Amino acid sequence: MVHQISVFLENRAGQLAEITGILADNNIDLRAISIAETSDYGILRMIVDDAEKTTNILLQGGYILSMTPVLVIAVPDQPGGLVPVLSTLAEGSIDIEYMYSLFLHTDGKAYMVFRVPEEEKFVALLATHGITPCTAEELGLG
Amino acid sequence: MAKYYQPEIETASREQIKAWQDERLVKQVQHVWDNVPYYRKKMEEKGLTPADIQGTADLHKLPFLTKDDLREAYPYGLLGTPLNDCVRIHSTSGTTGKRVVAFYTQHDVDLWEDCCARAIMAVGGDKEDVCHVAYGYGLFTGGAGLHGGSHKVGCMTLPMSSGSTDRQLQFMTDLGSTILCCTPSYAAYLSESIHERGLRDQIKLKAGIFGAEAWSQKMREDIEKGLGIKAYDIYGLTEISGPGVSFECEAQTGMHINEDHFIAEIIDPETEEVLPIGSKGELVFTCITKEAFPLLRYRTRDICILSDEPCPCGRTHIKMSKPMGRSDDMLIVKGVNVFPSQIETVLLEQGYPANYQIIVDRVNHSDTLEVMVEMTPENFSDSLAKVTSMEKNLVDALKAMLGIYAKVRLVAPKTIARSEGKAVRIIDKRKI
Ligand SMILES: [Zn+2]
Repeated sequence: MVHQISVFLENRAGQLAEITGILADNNIDLRAISIAETSDYGILRMIVDDAEKTTNILLQGGYILSMTPVLVIAVPDQPGGLVPVLSTLAEGSIDIEYMYSLFLHTDGKAYMVFRVPEEEKFVALLATHGITPCTAEELGLG
Repeated sequence: MAKYYQPEIETASREQIKAWQDERLVKQVQHVWDNVPYYRKKMEEKGLTPADIQGTADLHKLPFLTKDDLREAYPYGLLGTPLNDCVRIHSTSGTTGKRVVAFYTQHDVDLWEDCCARAIMAVGGDKEDVCHVAYGYGLFTGGAGLHGGSHKVGCMTLPMSSGSTDRQLQFMTDLGSTILCCTPSYAAYLSESIHERGLRDQIKLKAGIFGAEAWSQKMREDIEKGLGIKAYDIYGLTEISGPGVSFECEAQTGMHINEDHFIAEIIDPETEEVLPIGSKGELVFTCITKEAFPLLRYRTRDICILSDEPCPCGRTHIKMSKPMGRSDDMLIVKGVNVFPSQIETVLLEQGYPANYQIIVDRVNHSDTLEVMVEMTPENFSDSLAKVTSMEKNLVDALKAMLGIYAKVRLVAPKTIARSEGKAVRIIDKRKI
């Protein structure tokens, strides 16, 4: 299980640069980032190497946050690499709320972040296909 | 038990109060006739002389004064005494044009401070208390009024004025403030700051007297819970004297009007007809003891209801409801009356802070209404669907309350400037 931090983003130029700047100033390594937005505001979702430290720093900065456990799954970094995982979702009729990828690529693997409402069911189904989600330790996340 | 500053006045019989009002009104009309040519002319235009006013039953004959009169008569036109008998002015910003300047003799200041002393004792204040006055000092009446009242009660008075939150909290904790006097929005802000700094168990506050601004019942509950106090309302306006024209008692069901100094009427704002007690309408005050600025039948623009129901506190003076809207604050958007207090109520019910800003504009000859609202951790989530559905609930609730669509703009916390005096809640771009 990996912790994702979501931050409320106002529709204001430079806000994203401001947040990533704060992370950089505090030597926090950003491992993945995705933004969902409306015309008025957005939700910045990210995976960092030190979630607790990041949370404290951003809270002090007055940002609105929420923490969500997400699944990170390693897939072969090649055409069609994602197919087995997505087929599993289809097989269980499990909806995806959102997904995005980690910057990290190692040993021919890419890493996908999944947020699904029926997480336990998803994990159980993945196991039947011999797929196990990555732990925070494996990914070097604190 | 209830404590009164002037028990013989505050619990006087209704007959006694009427007798005071009859006698003082007659005297006051003569005083104004003799000394305020501006008002005398208004009386003459209606064919009135002081002899026509034999008591409160004749009050309805007298002409009204409005904020426009105050502007027209600025600065000395409504002065009732020689200027060298005055010892003080206070002033309030008008929405447009000239400021209102009110004058006080020493006697006026004394009576005003008595009214504030009644308010402080009504919330349980006595000479053992430390009264923390965080209303602005200066031209604004808030600071001076409560300061004077606090002296009269014999409280240790902390003349903090507004602003410098660090200093406010330092004195509050170090000197053990027990009664806080400020605007409700500043009280809410101080409450937040106290929680953020973990000072909650270091404060000794027991009561707060909050006025000069509209606030809802929900905001009262939030402040009471946040500070662990009872939060009381106080009402007043510079034109009439300042805070303490009326004040809340322990019953917290309306504000007792100091009827030995002010006669209250409720009128229909359109027809100017006097309405029976219990009707909703515009509040009108006649000052019957003031010397320097003796306004008769001054239209406050506040919409409220009077009540003469007996009060468990023992005070016999009638009560007024919290103003339900102020025609000065009232916005007409797409032909619909919109009161900021309605928006505040919805925000609090939906779990958003009462710190908001209303922006009205006109686009292609059509009015637009936008409400800037601060996002909260409770309403935020990683799911866009959840956040947009919370937002939609808020839009729907606003529509249900106001009858028109208001666009909601969610912003980061502390984006909307916190007032340390009166809050700037409305930006009406149509006036440009
Ligand atoms: Zn009472």
